[in-house]
Amino acid sequence: MGQIELKGVTKRFGEVEVIPPLDLKIDEGEFVVFVGPSGCGKSTLLRLIAGLEDVSGGVIEIDGTEATTLPPAKRRLAMVFQSYALYPHMSVKKNIAFPLKMAKTDPKVIEEKVANAASILNLTDYLDRRPGQLSGGQRQRVAIGRAIVREPAAFLFDEPLSNLDAALRVNMRLEISELHQSLGTTMIYVTHDQVEAMTMADKIVVLQAGRIEQVGSPLELYRAPRNRFVAGFIGSPKMNFVEGEEAAKHNAHAIGIRPEHIEVSTTEGLWQGKVGVAEHLGSDTFLHVTTAHGVINVRVGGEMGLRHGDTVWLTPDASQMHRFDAKGLALA
Amino acid sequence: MARATTPRRKSINTALAWAVGLLIFFPILWTILTSFKIEAQAINDPPLFLFFDWTLENYAVVQERSDYMRYLWNSIIIAGGSTLLGLIVAVPAAWSMAFVPSKRTKDILMWMLSTKMLPAVGVLYPIYLLFIKLGLLDSRIGLVIVLMLINLPIIVWMLYTYFREIPGEILEAARMDGATLKEEILYVLTPMAVPGIASTVLLNIILAWNEAFWTLNLTAAKAAPLTAFIASYSSPEGLFYAKLSAASTMAIAPILILGWFSQKQLVRGLTFGAVK
Repeated sequence: MGQIELKGVTKRFGEVEVIPPLDLKIDEGEFVVFVGPSGCGKSTLLRLIAGLEDVSGGVIEIDGTEATTLPPAKRRLAMVFQSYALYPHMSVKKNIAFPLKMAKTDPKVIEEKVANAASILNLTDYLDRRPGQLSGGQRQRVAIGRAIVREPAAFLFDEPLSNLDAALRVNMRLEISELHQSLGTTMIYVTHDQVEAMTMADKIVVLQAGRIEQVGSPLELYRAPRNRFVAGFIGSPKMNFVEGEEAAKHNAHAIGIRPEHIEVSTTEGLWQGKVGVAEHLGSDTFLHVTTAHGVINVRVGGEMGLRHGDTVWLTPDASQMHRFDAKGLALA
Repeated sequence: MARATTPRRKSINTALAWAVGLLIFFPILWTILTSFKIEAQAINDPPLFLFFDWTLENYAVVQERSDYMRYLWNSIIIAGGSTLLGLIVAVPAAWSMAFVPSKRTKDILMWMLSTKMLPAVGVLYPIYLLFIKLGLLDSRIGLVIVLMLINLPIIVWMLYTYFREIPGEILEAARMDGATLKEEILYVLTPMAVPGIASTVLLNIILAWNEAFWTLNLTAAKAAPLTAFIASYSSPEGLFYAKLSAASTMAIAPILILGWFSQKQLVRGLTFGAVK
């Protein structure tokens, strides 16, 4: 269980159309990530699925039955919010038990399920604390626990890691992925962070201005972006775009080369340039090189002893090159 | 940069604060002092501050002449009842205005507040006539209703402000978790708003307790609260200052004590939202 299908779903706020007609199918057990810049409608889309917002048109089906007008609680979906949205006046135990209490579950069953969720999430020692006495990561786990006990058809995550610091974010990312492996439940995850999208997703949905730009597995999007927006959004550091003469040589309006697909030499190469900023991470070196074709970002594995002002030659790997037409669409 | 405060400046500020505080408290202090004087000394010129013949006689006379407990009971019922009734109406109203506002919500709030700008006496005549028709004159239930209506705008406004501080996501979480509207208000919103509701209740009890226009005009004997008890000692002739003061002290004592013990809650409630 946990198949969700959107058919021609639209959303308008007054005169503004936030989401033009949109179709999307999410398969059972999939980990789907909605990704896009802020304001692209990804959170709105999630809230439409959750039932916290009403659609302006179209149909939402969950497990083959129409759910378009069902209230949130009847959709059998659980949501984890960015702000955690825990009940501050209740203990961790009561927070996790709340959805079961609302469903008039037998107290014995509640006790059992809460204990089970707490042990999965390492919260057993904190059951009597209030959310205010927990760290950010623990609060997020409580929010997840509250979602787990409902045994929902699908989990909805709305930027759940945005309020955590970088180190914790990596940990929680792993925990959520592991949770998905062990539960096998459909998960829909909203983020603006393409690294989260790439590392967690089975399927990524890239959104811009309410439109779906591309749907695919992380590597499909990385290898064959459908347009310049997706090409620029997926991958870090960002893809370099070169227009004009150089692009014309490849019969394209623009060419795109990922930073990791450029060879750097201090003696010879295709494009000459000067190093602007060199970032030495140890494992990688990121170079921002000013060339006749603009600033080109380069990623070199390992340490490369280059500094500001050094002259370098760059040679893009022609087999890894992406070509785009004047409208920004990828050329085959 | 933190503002520099020299010790000298700090002591001047402290002295000023005390001066203002005493100035505000002085009328109450004077009333209390006067209640312990004999009538002749109460009107002494120059006024006597602390050195007079302390007496409890006034309290004895007042208690003998009028039944304090009956007035007190009326005050408690009227202040408590109007506050309770006000909450029952205002909690759902403030909820809807805070969480599902419409285009007109701001206008409605302003309109509610604007009713407080009308002098009460402006509607005395129609309300008096209504009370006669409905047989509510000199009844506690009548006063409970009138005082509830008088203070409703303030209760709604205060609750609205508190509710607005509660993150909408928490209520959405409750909705996702299967809470009905009633359960959402009962289990999530109200417990979170308890500090705000408490200070609203306190302020409203104080306002209702001290309300003197409607309580004096719409009661005679049966439903008369402590305001009427005080007024009965205010007389154009005769020496009644000390007894008036004793009556006043007895009337304000309960609310003064309540205010004293709940001052933390009151200050926190009234500045809620101003400082995060």
